Amino acid sequence: MNNKTLFISVAVLFCLVFIAAVAVYKSQQTPSLANEVLPALERINAPTKGGNNAKVTIVEFFDPACGTCSQFYPLVNNLVKKYQGKVKVVMRYAPLHKGSGDVVKMLEAAHLQGQFWPALELLFANQQRWVEHHVSNPQSALAGIKTLPLDHKQLEKDWQSRKIAKTVDQDIQDGKTLQVRATPQFFVNGKPLVVFGYQELIDLVEEAIAQAY
Amino acid sequence: MNNEAPASHTSCGWYLIFCVWIIATSGTLTSLFFSEVMQVPICVLCWYQRIALYPLVVMLPLALFPYDTKIIRYTSPLVILGWFTALFHVLVVAEIVPKSAQPCVQGIPCSETYVNLLGFLNIPIMSLITFTIIGVLLFLSKKYSIGNNHE
Repeated sequence: MNNKTLFISVAVLFCLVFIAAVAVYKSQQTPSLANEVLPALERINAPTKGGNNAKVTIVEFFDPACGTCSQFYPLVNNLVKKYQGKVKVVMRYAPLHKGSGDVVKMLEAAHLQGQFWPALELLFANQQRWVEHHVSNPQSALAGIKTLPLDHKQLEKDWQSRKIAKTVDQDIQDGKTLQVRATPQFFVNGKPLVVFGYQELIDLVEEAIAQAY
Repeated sequence: MNNEAPASHTSCGWYLIFCVWIIATSGTLTSLFFSEVMQVPICVLCWYQRIALYPLVVMLPLALFPYDTKIIRYTSPLVILGWFTALFHVLVVAEIVPKSAQPCVQGIPCSETYVNLLGFLNIPIMSLITFTIIGVLLFLSKKYSIGNNHE
């Protein structure tokens, strides 16, 4: 065997071994979460949309400053609308951007006044006004939230309160438990969205609906 | 194909560089497997080691066809950089280097290890072993090439 043949055979061998290793690894992966981390998916009083009796729950870990979360927002809404009563979405905070920690506290404060969804919609729609170079500006975000019909004094008091800090801390802790390292991260009835994409999310939701109903 | 390397010294040097390529490629594919398939997060120090390792996969074959010993000179800065980064990373994981001294992005601490084979073989150790073997093989092939020039 001459050198060139040797080199090419080894290169081809490398490719084949790599492809085989990927295939073996993927086939061994279980897409469900381990039972002991499942409680981390839920938190009482987390913002929710969709029927309370829905058997399919999408848990979304999000950061209001994340562009992809904003793009996914109408898509997730569509899913909840399309399968009305069957699918609900639960929002959990994952403030991965700098400055987002305070912004999610403000969102939670708006949530206490029943204005989570309008506030979130507003923040997503105006992201370029309060997020610069992936850094959140909490004061601009707050100014935006204040345009909603809210008790401003209460809002100011709430978002800096210890109670809300605790709530957000729990979400961050649960995110760590569930290994949320990027936003948005979706879980549908305990199954994480492994390959990221809108169609993949639809497939996962439809699969869960088929199992539950 | 062409017998441009009749002397045994030369062909020995060729095989050494070929071995370096095999090791560099294995390391590259392994690290890609960890990050892209197993989704192990990549810390900053790992990126520096990747910068030193990945180019070897492309550069070395150019020196194999035709055989060109200058590659030893061109790749050695990368190998030395990679070796020292790997050593530093091993020391960080072993907690010999204090945490404050490490240049890591929040969220992905370099001191954490995700893969552990046989009880001691984590990714920084594998990297250090890889760069050590690459360095030794390149050094040997350099010796062969010098020996060849003297003939």
